[in-house]
Amino acid sequence: MSFSDKSDKRAVERLLDGASEPEILAAHSVTNVGPQPASGVEHTLRRTDVDVESAKRAERQVAMFFGLAALSFIGFVVAFFAIPKDKTVYLPVIGDTSASNAALGLAMGLGALLIGMGAIHWAKKLMSDVELVQERHEIKPDADTRASAMAQIAEGGLESGLGHRKVLRRSLIGAMALFPLPLILPLLDLGPRPTGQLKHTLWSKGMPIVVDVTYQKIRPEDIPVGGLVDAVPAVLPSVEEATHNLNDRAKAAIILVRMRPGEIRSQQGPNWDYEGILAYSKICTHVGCPTSLYEQRTHHLLCPCHQSTFDLADSGKVVFGPAARRMPQLAITVDAEGYLVARGDFAQPVGPSFWERTS
Amino acid sequence: MSVIDKPYDWVDERVGVSKFIKKNVRKIFPDHWSFMLGEVALYSFIVLLLTGVYLTLFFKASQSEVIYNGSYVPLRGVKMTEAYASSLNISFDIRGGLLIRQIHHWAAILFLASISVHLLRVFFTGAFRKPRELNWIIGNILLTLAIVEGFAGYSLPDDLLSGTGLRITSGIVLSIPVVGTWLSYLIFGGQFPGVDFIPRLYSVHILLIPGLILGLVTAHLMLVWYQKHTQFPGPGRTNNNVVGYPLMPVYMAKAGGFFFVVFGLTALLGAFVQINPIWAFGPYTPDQVTAGSQPDWYMGWLDGALRVMPGNMETHIWHYTISWNILVPAVLLAGAIFTAMALYPWIERYITGDTEVHNLLERPRDNATRTAIGAMALTFYTLLWIGGGNDIIALNFHTSINLITRFLEVALFVLPPIAFLLTKRFCLSLQRRDRDKLLHGVETGRILRLPNGRFEEVHEPVSSAEAAKILARTEQAALPMPAKTDANGVRTKGYGAKKFRATMSQAWHSGAVPVPTADEIEHGQEHAAHQLHEAAERYGIEPGVPNEDFSEPMHEGIN
Repeated sequence: MSFSDKSDKRAVERLLDGASEPEILAAHSVTNVGPQPASGVEHTLRRTDVDVESAKRAERQVAMFFGLAALSFIGFVVAFFAIPKDKTVYLPVIGDTSASNAALGLAMGLGALLIGMGAIHWAKKLMSDVELVQERHEIKPDADTRASAMAQIAEGGLESGLGHRKVLRRSLIGAMALFPLPLILPLLDLGPRPTGQLKHTLWSKGMPIVVDVTYQKIRPEDIPVGGLVDAVPAVLPSVEEATHNLNDRAKAAIILVRMRPGEIRSQQGPNWDYEGILAYSKICTHVGCPTSLYEQRTHHLLCPCHQSTFDLADSGKVVFGPAARRMPQLAITVDAEGYLVARGDFAQPVGPSFWERTS
Repeated sequence: MSVIDKPYDWVDERVGVSKFIKKNVRKIFPDHWSFMLGEVALYSFIVLLLTGVYLTLFFKASQSEVIYNGSYVPLRGVKMTEAYASSLNISFDIRGGLLIRQIHHWAAILFLASISVHLLRVFFTGAFRKPRELNWIIGNILLTLAIVEGFAGYSLPDDLLSGTGLRITSGIVLSIPVVGTWLSYLIFGGQFPGVDFIPRLYSVHILLIPGLILGLVTAHLMLVWYQKHTQFPGPGRTNNNVVGYPLMPVYMAKAGGFFFVVFGLTALLGAFVQINPIWAFGPYTPDQVTAGSQPDWYMGWLDGALRVMPGNMETHIWHYTISWNILVPAVLLAGAIFTAMALYPWIERYITGDTEVHNLLERPRDNATRTAIGAMALTFYTLLWIGGGNDIIALNFHTSINLITRFLEVALFVLPPIAFLLTKRFCLSLQRRDRDKLLHGVETGRILRLPNGRFEEVHEPVSSAEAAKILARTEQAALPMPAKTDANGVRTKGYGAKKFRATMSQAWHSGAVPVPTADEIEHGQEHAAHQLHEAAERYGIEPGVPNEDFSEPMHEGIN
């Protein structure tokens, strides 16, 4: 082993000279086996540097930290086997919480923390706190080294012939330029080619409107004035059964709201409501969150993600927030049995804007 | 020693490890509390790797539908994806599973927080200057990767909150002109949400990005090692040395111990502070949402930018649509901010013309304009961040969400420049105060009556450590205004560009406070000492201060 400077070496030699550490401490009244401060660098002695008792106390403290850490980890093992995973415990401030989670975390965290505290306490109290000085080397190499490096590159370059064999160089560049193609091209099969699915939903002429979750058909009289119903097309459950994805739900979800016909100031088409029942897309025209907060009194529909607000009494136009387009309205009516049905698909794509969107 | 001699030699004869140890084991690192911030980032990354490996053993990254039948009663019988079901299993059916999941999430929060504060430390102390621009760039890439990694991580459980975040992501991707729809179809394997995204995100989250982060962290640390750490000015510290403690034993114990502190704290957080209770949100479905949906803190500013951007900003050209209301805040603004940040060392260098190697850090006050730029950027960021929580703020403070949003739309343009001006003034005032302290000493609170009846407060010279700090400020001249024409009346080449650069440079250095010269310091302190000395001699009084205060030259220790 080597030591950074003479005093350090001497101090360690003293240690190795058959004397035990306490003897050295007693003889020199210092615990510090480190070097002397460099000139110009300030240093103040710590209590543990000059007082053997306090150094011993610090050592006991460090050992205590490490010892408690070991105990803590044993506690982890005990907690792992002893506490049933579904047992809850009441803790002040936190409330009811998983007993297993709290005990395991406490044991693991406390143990780790104690190791860390012990090590840092050790470093701060018992290891030398004399600041040492090292010179920085200049990173930039001298002119000779640079010249020599450049000469070697030139030599290698010349031997490769890359400089004067033009055909070779150009063909290499060409080959390397095209090399990424076979790597990147297969990524095109990550997804199908967009073919206008974003412009259509499951809604069609005569499609029954059903309540989400229960999938029951709705009669106009089921919705009171001021009421709101989350609804989907009747065909959705069977489509989801077949596709095993939520893609159609993401576009077809609507809300039905009912207001007094006099309250409706405008709609996106003539008589698209049915006796004051209006159907609007539930998917925000901003970035596609489901809008879910409806204020009966103002007829405002608010998206909780970015607070775009739509006035459903006024053809779903944007009254506040970052959305650019009004909420698409679905024209509805009732079928022969008196259930609410759609009169067709949405007249415009629902959800967030996209490049190929024509309006 | 003899016990390790043999294995040591075995290794040494094969890889010559002695050479490396001899050179590095007593390597000096300077000490300052703020140098710990990067360490926190490193250690929380290690915690993330450890807990992440554990989670991969139990998590099933699949969007196949299953009916939940685990221990969490409220969701029994509910249809959900395997990803969500396995996240519930980790939380309820695997001993220590919830703990590891919560430690993982807390460590991610801490990872981003420590990277961010570390970045601020590096910025405000000028640690990014030559020769450390490369590490600045690497750090910027690491921050970007960490944000994406964190977002990917909390999106994986496929709960209602994370799915909402992905829906927003898909909306943002769709807003990109020309390729947006294609890109979105490639990412999601078709329409949103599809069934491919979670498995894809999983391989990005556990392999691709962690691999990149690991590689870049290694490069980051190797550069710190090779270029040696910067240090703050102080007695005995110069641009050409490093003053501090050796790696072995001090930093091995302190840094090694600190890893355990970080691990311990994240574990205690995981034990007692609930984070991301996915069971309370339910499985993702694209037609449901909860009010008060909030991303993790480091995504807040982006979400805020989306929120405060006024709508009605869509253009329709021929058959095509450009959604500026999404494109500007979520794509262009974010891109511009990260680009400007990455290029900052070159921007500053262009303005100041400073090409020197800097190993001594600057105190933020000592570079008023840079600190002011930082304050301006921080103000902008904070306002966006407030925008991200506008609904929470409106709810808790009973104010109108519309009012908060409108306020922010104006404040984003007004407050950052005000922050710039105030900070610059504040820094220059601190510089003046430092100068005064050095020239006239610090007030002691001891009042002395002089022979002529005047009362004077006794001033003590600043400590040598303080003086070294104050004197470390480098004075730099602004770039001179170029002459419009040369001696022969020929117009200077590139006059406009040179003039612009010089104007910027002069604005940068405007209001500069001169660093006291040695003469000024001597003169200033002699004057103070003289008055006290005179009073003491004439009346034989004790001025109430120790003798050495005026019997010794007061500028001792100041060079």
